[in-house]
This record gives sequence, structure tokens and C-alpha cells, in this order.
Amino acid sequence: MNEILEKKKLAYGVHLFWIKNELIAKKAKPGQFVIFRTHDSGERIPITIAGVNNNKFRVIVKAVGKSTYELCKLQPGDKIADISGPLGMPSEIKFYGKVLVVGGGVGIATIIPIVQALISSGNDVDVILASRSREFFFLTDEFENAKNVYYVTDDGSFGDKGFAHEKMDKLLKEKQYDIAWAIGPALMMKACSEVAKKNNLKIWVSLNAIMVDGTGMCGGCRVLINNEMKYTCVDGPEFDGRLVNWDSFMIRLSQYREEEKLALERYLEKVGEPTWL
Amino acid sequence: MAVKDRIPPVERKPEERAKDFEEVSLGYTEELAILEAKRCLQCKVPTCVSGCPVGIDIPGFIKEISKRNFEKSYRILKSYNSLPAVCGRVCPQEVQCEGVCVLNKAGKPISIGNLERFVADWAMQNNLEDKITIERKINKKIAVIGSGPAGLTNAAEMAKRGYVVDLYEVFHTPGGVLVYGIPEFRLPKAIVNKEVAFLEKLGVNIKLDIPVGFAVHPMELLETYDAIFIGVGAGTPKFMGIDGTELNGVYSANEFLTRINLMKAYKFPEADTPVKFAKNVVVIGGGNTAMDAARSALRLGANVTVVYRRSKVEMPARKAEIEHAKEEGIKFQTLTQPVRYIGNNGRLVAIECIKMKLGEPDSSGRRRPIPIEGSNFVIKADMAIEAIGTQANKLLLSQFEGLELNKWGYIKADDYGKTSLPKVFAGGDIVTGSATVILAMGAGKKAANAMEKFLY
Ligand SMILES: Cc1cc2nc3c(=O)[nH]c(=O)nc-3n(C[C@H](O)[C@H](O)[C@H](O)COP(=O)(O)OP(=O)(O)OC[C@H]3O[C@@H](n4cnc5c(N)ncnc54)[C@H](O)[C@@H]3O)c2cc1C
Ligand SMILES: Cc1cc2nc3c(=O)[nH]c(=O)nc-3n(C[C@H](O)[C@H](O)[C@H](O)COP(=O)(O)OP(=O)(O)OC[C@H]3O[C@@H](n4cnc5c(N)ncnc54)[C@H](O)[C@@H]3O)c2cc1C
Ligand code: SF4
Ligand code: SF4
Ligand code: FES
Ligand SMILES: [Mg+2]
Repeated sequence: MNEILEKKKLAYGVHLFWIKNELIAKKAKPGQFVIFRTHDSGERIPITIAGVNNNKFRVIVKAVGKSTYELCKLQPGDKIADISGPLGMPSEIKFYGKVLVVGGGVGIATIIPIVQALISSGNDVDVILASRSREFFFLTDEFENAKNVYYVTDDGSFGDKGFAHEKMDKLLKEKQYDIAWAIGPALMMKACSEVAKKNNLKIWVSLNAIMVDGTGMCGGCRVLINNEMKYTCVDGPEFDGRLVNWDSFMIRLSQYREEEKLALERYLEKVGEPTWL
Repeated sequence: MAVKDRIPPVERKPEERAKDFEEVSLGYTEELAILEAKRCLQCKVPTCVSGCPVGIDIPGFIKEISKRNFEKSYRILKSYNSLPAVCGRVCPQEVQCEGVCVLNKAGKPISIGNLERFVADWAMQNNLEDKITIERKINKKIAVIGSGPAGLTNAAEMAKRGYVVDLYEVFHTPGGVLVYGIPEFRLPKAIVNKEVAFLEKLGVNIKLDIPVGFAVHPMELLETYDAIFIGVGAGTPKFMGIDGTELNGVYSANEFLTRINLMKAYKFPEADTPVKFAKNVVVIGGGNTAMDAARSALRLGANVTVVYRRSKVEMPARKAEIEHAKEEGIKFQTLTQPVRYIGNNGRLVAIECIKMKLGEPDSSGRRRPIPIEGSNFVIKADMAIEAIGTQANKLLLSQFEGLELNKWGYIKADDYGKTSLPKVFAGGDIVTGSATVILAMGAGKKAANAMEKFLY
């Protein structure tokens, strides 16, 4: 259990893992996540389940700090000390008609189960994939059965030059959608939510709030949705992006900035250049 | 004849203990325990017993201490209470056993809690093996959900009766509040670990990291198991909901304590989980959770004030903890209620409070606090910790169709733990709302009796 069966580098600092865990593989639904504790003194970090197959599940991890650097250093055969899950409310998958799904950064991977489930439920799904530049697209073959796939890059190296929400705005001028999803960096989700709001379109976003337990026990992941306090781990992680108080959400993401910096510096002092990223 | 004074347990000095997370009270030595035990009048009608939720034969176990028969004393204790080392430390004795000891009249009740702890610790130090008597093996499967005191007790009881027991816990460590809430300086984790090791010896399968409800659906439980015990606790924190609750620096006591106890954030960066080391911490509330949060913050080097809306006499925390907190230098600002958090760039910098006065008693029998208009004032704080209570943990309940809940969202169960579903039993905080370790333990045991009856 919890053994890394396969690992693949998708881009600089972005790694794919297949991990053995029958229970999670069997029970995971699109939109759900797990909590990892890499080793005995490790912190609990939430990671989205980005696919399942028999007795294993897939995650795509972006190295941003101590815990994810460490995770990305692990190799096939290594074991993750603890994986708790699946957690969180699954995405609301059903027949809507026409659906627009936006994935940015690691979000490109995490939308895969949602896109696939929406297609299986008979929806026409258009996808916008957004990244910094051409080499940060991955797993794009898994969107082959979508109606249309649009690419945007910050630097214009592939697809349209610009941001996901600009593409979304353009599409919404030409087409009608019944519902949308946007998963990616907070700024992207915020911008997409604003576009959706302007167009009166319901949009689900998946909030990556700072968590500890992931079971509704600490309240650290609280967010303001329509001015009401919700716990991301048990009430979410998906919420209607039009109702999210983005400013307070983003401020809370920066809570431990100094501590995170210190932790990473200390770690790199110990292990040297992170050549494995 | 004048009643002799209570023998105080050995305690570490406030200056010393306030700097670390090691246990504060060192308990009794053998000689001190015997002296205290000899004070007991061995009453014919021992009122103390009626104050203990599990009805321990208190004069019985104390008598054996006075005769230096510690092992015999331990066996008596253990036959009533499976967690004496825990209860001796954390029971609110002053409102339970000690509160109704006849010697209260003289203001000098027997230190039943300290004696209980002494015997349990003695047994542990002397490697007194708990007798494992599994009478028969029964080919029936029990699922216990949640590994707090209720679940631990139910699992042990069912295993001793010969059932096959699977104990599920969503965390990476079993123990519930005993490991994530109550700090090391009050309840060393080694004690909880020992109880867990005992369960393993009994053959209980401990399944960690499993969110029952999601990883195992209630329907599956009902199909796979012959009986189910739910002890998932009331672990979801409430917030006052005042302006600024989203600010960085505002914590629930559960989050603060979990980071420190379960995740060892006080060792950051040696441990990976961070917690803020603040200068001025305000803890809101007057219960055990508030005292634990305040004393933990103090140990991280903060200047700590407890803000409570009633007066000191109404504080629900154990008396000993309030005393310990005072000795360690924690300030108390009673008859005060926060009304707004004040932030700067998203960080908490101060709290606006209002003064209160006490009015008529409310439904809980305590005098109701009433705000004094115009008495608002501001306290400087870079951390606020709310310890104002918890509610039902809904992780499982949100997925459990058909299980009846009461109007507060807790599971409806009778005195024996029977719920609205035939195979399903429940006990502890998820039935009563936030209560005590001994009540949760007692509920786990009572439910075991009912489950055995149901299965036969
Ligand atoms: C529901 C959910 C799903 C997620 N799915 C993925 C995923 O599929 N792939 C992926 O790469 N990342 C995912 N994340 C984000 C991931 O959990 C964080 O990047 C990770 O915890 C950072 O830890 P670190 O020690 O490496 O970085 P740090 O340096 O500690 O933190 C970097 C940033 O990550 C965030 N963060 C830090 N600690 C936590 C924490 N305990 N919980 C949540 N966020 C934290 C903060 O914004 C912080 O500023 C998800 C987060 C959530 C809440
Ligand atoms: C900080 C603090 C201090 C306290 N101090 C005292 C004290 O001094 N004296 C005293 O008597 N009482 C004290 N209490 C109260 C006491 O700890 C509780 O009443 C008692 O722990 C309740 O026990 P329980 O078994 O019902 O639940 P808990 O101890 O809450 O345990 C429930 C367990 O179930 C797990 N769980 C929940 N949902 C699921 C799920 N879906 N799947 C799997 N596992 C799940 C949780 O992770 C947890 O481990 C204190 C409480 C706190 C928070
Ligand atoms: S279990 Fe608690 S209430 Fe009962 S005798 Fe022991 S300390 Fe007192
Ligand atoms: S009531 Fe007090 S003195 Fe009497 S038996 Fe109980 S502990 Fe001893
Ligand atoms: S992570 Fe603790 S309540 Fe959500
Ligand atoms: Mg980190």
C-alpha cells in the first residue's frame, strides 16, 4: 500500500505518480483529493486525485516548497507514509448540455477526471488549457474526446497568447455554455469567475486552501462563500466561483510565507541543488 | 478530630515547565500516595462513587493503596475503567468523584484523581500486563469508527468478548482528542500509545487514514459487519463569526492544538508543519480547550491573555488547569467579549472587545452575560485563538442516510448507544455533544454490552 509504482517528469518541477492504494482507487470520484504525509515528521498536504486504474491512483504534483520538493524526489518503490482519502465532495457530474472546462498549470491534470466524467454523462465539453509556455502542457492526449481543445500560453509559444480568462471571454461571445469549471492558480480561477459572472454562467472552481486534517476538524481551510463561512475540505473543495471572496482567500494562502521560505532554504542546504526537479 | 490536609502531588515549578511541553504534574510517590489513601474514611455509603460516571469502587481501590497492595488496587480500577492513567489526569474530579466526597464538607476531599493516576502509572512502570482473557472466539465482525476514548473502549470491550474488530480512524494516529487536542504537558502521548498497543494485543485491526463515509460507504459497513459502533466525536470547531474571522492570525483552538500536538509544530522547522510564534495571544473561552490553547501558546513564548465573557467562577475548565495557567503567568480578562477583529494587510493586529455584566441565569443555570453599552476597548493581539465550542463531526454523518440525528445534529441514541438503525450503535461526543473522556469511555462500554445483547 502507498507504494509509488510509476513516476514521470512532465515538465520542470511537475511530476506524475501512480500510487498503489486499492481503497482510494476504488472509491475516488472526480473532484476529490487525498492528504499525503510523506514521512513521519512530514506535514499533511492535500493533492487532487487525477485518475484511477485498478488498484492505483494518479496524482500530478508541482514542486513549490519543502513538502512537494521532497515528494518529487521519491522514486518508484518508495512508500508514502500516510495517504488519507478520498476526501471532499465530488464534482456534480450530470448531463448539462454544453460545458466549458478550463485547466491551468497543474489544473490541466486535475480536470481530466472531471472532463471525462462529463463526457461520459453525455455533455459536449470544450476545454481551455492554459500554461506559461509550450513545455508546460502535459497529458493533452487525454482530452482527445472533448469537442474542442483550445490552448493559451502566457508567452504565445503555443496556441493563443494571453490568459485563460481572455480566451474564455472570447468563447463566451461566440458560444453558449450551460455550466463551466475552472481549476488552476487562484488568480486564474478568480479571473475566470469574473468572466463567468459577467456572462451569468455558473462556474465551479476548486479551492486549494491551506489544510491540516481535511476532515472538518480544524477550520483552518475556511473560506467566505457568499459571505458565509465554509470549510473547503468538507463543504468543497469546489464552490461557485462567482460567490468566492477571492481577496480573503488569497491572503490566507500567504499565512505561512516566512515559515515556508525558511523550511525550503533549510531543506536545500541539506540536500543541495534540487537537480531532480 | 480535624481533617488532615490533602497531600499535593509533586509538580514542576511554573518557571521551568512553562518553557517546555513535558508533563506538569509528576503525581504521587508511593509514600505520598499511601499517606493520601490513609485519609480516606472508607465510608459505608461512599458518596464519591455516585459522582463517578462509571461507578468505580473508589474506597476499594484506595484501601488497597493504603495497604501497599498496588497491583490489587490496579485490578479493581481496571475492572471499571479501561483508561485509568488518562482519567486520573483529565477527569474534572471537582465536579465528579471528589466533588461529592464527604470530606468536601471540610474542604479537603480525597485526591481520588491523583490516586487513580498513581496506581495506573505504577502498573505501567512495573510492566503489569493487563490480563488478556478472551473467553471465546466469535465469528462476528464489528466495525468501530473513530479512535477517541469512546471508540478505543468499545473496540477493546468487543475484542475481549471474542469478536473480530476493525477500528477505523481518518487520522494517521489513533487516539482522537487524546492525541490531537489535549497537550503532552497534561497527558503524555506515551500513555495513549500504550492503550493502543493493548488493543493490538487484543487483536483489534487498526485501520488508519480511512475517512469512513468516503473510503468506506455506510451501506458497505451495514453489509460487511454484524454491528457498528460510531464514535466520531464532536470535532468541528465553531467560530463566533465576528468581523475579521478570516484574518491571518485567527485560529480555532482545534487547529492551533492539532498543529502543536499531532503535528509537533512547536518543533518547526524540525517538524514540517508550521505554526505562528506570536507575541501577544488572546484566547477566547473558559473551558479546558481554552486553557490548553493558552498554555500551549505560552510555551511557544507568547504573552497570553484569556478572554472570557462570564466571571471566573463560571469557567467550565478543570480547576487545576485554571490554577496551573495562573501560576504560569497567563492573564485573565473576564466579563469581556470580543466584537471585532482588526487587521492590517490581512494580518490580525488587535481585537475590539466589549465589557459584560452578569444578568439572570439562563437555561444552563449560569448567569447570562450582558454587554455593557459603550464599554468597548481594544486589545493588541497578533494571534487570536477561539475556543468557544465544537459541533458534530459531519464527515461520516453527511454520507449516512437514514441515521436519525437530533436537533443539534448529533446522533440520536438511547442510554445504551442504540440508534435508529438496528445494527448501528453510537456513543461519546457524537451523541452527547462535547463532554468528557470518562463519559465517552463509559458510552463505549455501555454500547459494548448492548451490542453483545443484540448479537446474541
Ligand atoms: C484540495 C486541494 C488539492 C490540491 N491538489 C494539488 C495537486 O493535485 N497538485 C499539486 O501540486 N498541488 C495541489 N494542491 C496544493 C498543495 O497541497 C500545496 O502546493 C502543498 O501543500 C505545498 O506544500 P509545500 O510544503 O511543498 O509548499 P510550501 O512552501 O509549504 O507552500 C507553498 C504554498 O502552498 C500552499 N500550502 C502550503 N501548505 C499547504 C497545506 N498544508 N495545504 C494546502 N496548501 C498548502 C500555500 O499557499 C503556500 O504558500 C492542492 C491543494 C488543495 C487544498
Ligand atoms: C483541547 C481539549 C481538551 C479537553 N480536555 C478534557 C479534560 O481535561 N477532561 C475531559 O474529561 N475531557 C476533556 N476534553 C473533552 C474530551 O476530550 C472529549 O469529550 C472526548 O475525547 C470525546 O471522545 P470521543 O471518543 O467521543 O471522540 P473524539 O476524541 O473526538 O474522537 C473521535 C475520533 O473519530 C475520528 N473520526 C471522525 N470522523 C471519522 C470518520 N468519518 N472516519 C474515521 N474516523 C473518524 C476522529 O479523527 C477522532 O480521532 C477536551 C477536549 C478538547 C478538544
Ligand atoms: S474515573 Fe474520573 S470520576 Fe471516576 S473516580 Fe476516576 S477520576 Fe473520578
Ligand atoms: S466519600 Fe471520600 S472519604 Fe468517603 S470513601 Fe469516598 S473518597 Fe473516601
Ligand atoms: S482542513 Fe481542517 S477543517 Fe478543513
Ligand atoms: Mg509546506
